[in-house]
Amino acid sequence: MTDEDREIQGAGAAGGEAGAPDAVRRRLLAMAGAAAALVLAPGVTVLARDLAVKGARGGRVRYGLLIDARACRTGCDACVRACQDYNGLSRDPGPDNAQWIRKVTITDPGTGFTRSFPVMCQHCADGACVDVCPTGASFRRPDGIVLVDKHRCIGCRYCLMACPYKARSFVGRNVTDQRPWAPRGKGTAEGCTLCVERVTAGDLPACVAACQRAGHKAMTFGNLHDPKSAIAVRLSEVATTTLRADLGMRPGVHYRGI
Amino acid sequence: MGKVTYREIAGQGAAYWTAVLACALVAAAGLGAALYMRAEGHHVSGMNEQIVWGMPHVFAVFLIVAASGALNVASIASVFGRSLYKPLARLSGLLAVALLIGGLWNLVLDLGRPGHILAAVLYPNFRSIFAWNIYLYTGFLVIVGFYLWFMMERRLNPHTHAVGVLAFLWRLVLTTGTGSIFGFLAARSAYDSAVMAPLFILMSFAFGLAIFVLVLMAGFHVVGRPIGARLLARLKTLLAVFVAGVMYFVAVFHLTNLYMAGHRGVESFLLVTGGIYPALFWGGQVLIGGVVPLVLLLRRRPPGDAPGLTRVLAWAAALVVFGGLCQVYVIIIGGQAYPLQLFPGMIVHSSFYDGVVHSYIPRWPETTLAVSGVAVVGLIVLLAVRLLPFLPESLADEVVSAHAPPPKAGEPAVGA
Repeated sequence: MTDEDREIQGAGAAGGEAGAPDAVRRRLLAMAGAAAALVLAPGVTVLARDLAVKGARGGRVRYGLLIDARACRTGCDACVRACQDYNGLSRDPGPDNAQWIRKVTITDPGTGFTRSFPVMCQHCADGACVDVCPTGASFRRPDGIVLVDKHRCIGCRYCLMACPYKARSFVGRNVTDQRPWAPRGKGTAEGCTLCVERVTAGDLPACVAACQRAGHKAMTFGNLHDPKSAIAVRLSEVATTTLRADLGMRPGVHYRGI
Repeated sequence: MGKVTYREIAGQGAAYWTAVLACALVAAAGLGAALYMRAEGHHVSGMNEQIVWGMPHVFAVFLIVAASGALNVASIASVFGRSLYKPLARLSGLLAVALLIGGLWNLVLDLGRPGHILAAVLYPNFRSIFAWNIYLYTGFLVIVGFYLWFMMERRLNPHTHAVGVLAFLWRLVLTTGTGSIFGFLAARSAYDSAVMAPLFILMSFAFGLAIFVLVLMAGFHVVGRPIGARLLARLKTLLAVFVAGVMYFVAVFHLTNLYMAGHRGVESFLLVTGGIYPALFWGGQVLIGGVVPLVLLLRRRPPGDAPGLTRVLAWAAALVVFGGLCQVYVIIIGGQAYPLQLFPGMIVHSSFYDGVVHSYIPRWPETTLAVSGVAVVGLIVLLAVRLLPFLPESLADEVVSAHAPPPKAGEPAVGA
């Protein structure tokens, strides 16, 4: 590059600034319109596609859980232990450690009403984690189970920010003692898999099996879309709710007694 | 037809090379810190399962927001035809590119698996505003690159306006996208607001201009080139308008939240009971980054007092930058520190820190990475102004006046 002087053209390229306020105003309005169109067009396109996809949903299988908080015993953490042992997770509840399932105790400050029950990934039909994931690593299987594709996850943690259930964790340590059926990757997001390999083989998720072994029978697993399944029958008979139903994510985990 | 001479800086003194070396060392330290976090896992940082985004994100968002704002000066010149700013347009474009690269440096190196970043390009999920942002950021770099080329290549000058308009529209969408990263988070009470997008646009105007002013003044001071009172007075007014705009949107954001009963808990946390966050909000963001700069900028000064204007503008810009960092810290860290409202109205306990305010103490790895983003910006700017003619030889009144209409009443006269 030489030291040669560079001349910059005056106001010519920018258009007249003085003497034509209407033209300037018109141009400004046109640009505002263009900016609005640029902002809205992608959203409208995605929304239209999403509505088309949703219209086609409603497969024959959607796995889910019914948790009866009335039957869940305070102090019992059989489901949590079973999950940790089966999936090779740490039992240390440090702030850096993943927890795919935890026991939550809620108390109404006005009445003193208390309940204790497990909370895990709610396997939502419209989960925020799936929506916000930039690479599609966070995905929902046709049977409703929400998983993380470890090969695609870049570790941005946007799903941890977006999940209202605090159901996602980030692997922030070197992992040892991994289970072949539950591979974990340092630097990636993870969460409850609903023990997908057990479910595929016709078994119950580890937490549900542990709850049954403990004799509490507070957790029921099954196909929500099969009207004859135990879970679907129960859901049609008793009043249940989903957590933060107001957010419209349509969780696959239902609760009774909270 | 006016004429402005641009020239590379000599950059042969010890001070220049010391600055380059310092920036390079800090950038290298940041890279080392990122590799350390990658090797050991993020548990060596202060971030955890509760505060998942920390200092690197505070600096990244600040730099990315400032990047689009730094382009404003060029836009004012080539889109809105205010020729007074034309001599500054090249530096404006350069800073925009440098700030964005600095922000992306932080963002990418903090990923759990930065080596997999290509997955975001190969498998984009267009329902994710994050995926959109990846295209918005790379598109911005390309467009501003062309913009700079068109400005610097005489034969292409006539097309500068068209590229300038595209860059301006793109930057508005880009900042909307950055604000929407938070605005779309319905799960978190501190975000979940459409006001986030316009707020971020106004933040970008203020932060970008403040950084531009600081770089311009420092650069011209070091290389001994003059800046006239007329240009300083214009920048002063512009910065005041932008700072006032940010304060307006901050007020709208918090007042609408306070009106909604469901958001009063988080508002009370951020504004009154949250410890460091209310302190940073009222002390850092509102007082130091808002009220004081406004008082400094809006106080009447004798016309043509270039040294006085320089002092006032430099102080105000520095305070706006400080306040901006406080603001982004309160938004990102404060927003996560407040517990998720999984069971609104209930007292919640669990082994996973449900229902409790989360603490965040930044540790050296992520803090080093965060600061290294700024060093990357410095490195790019220092090398660019030495290699290419970004800086005009003079911004004295008689030079900029050739590009501007006569001063209005109250503005310093040319040559005053």
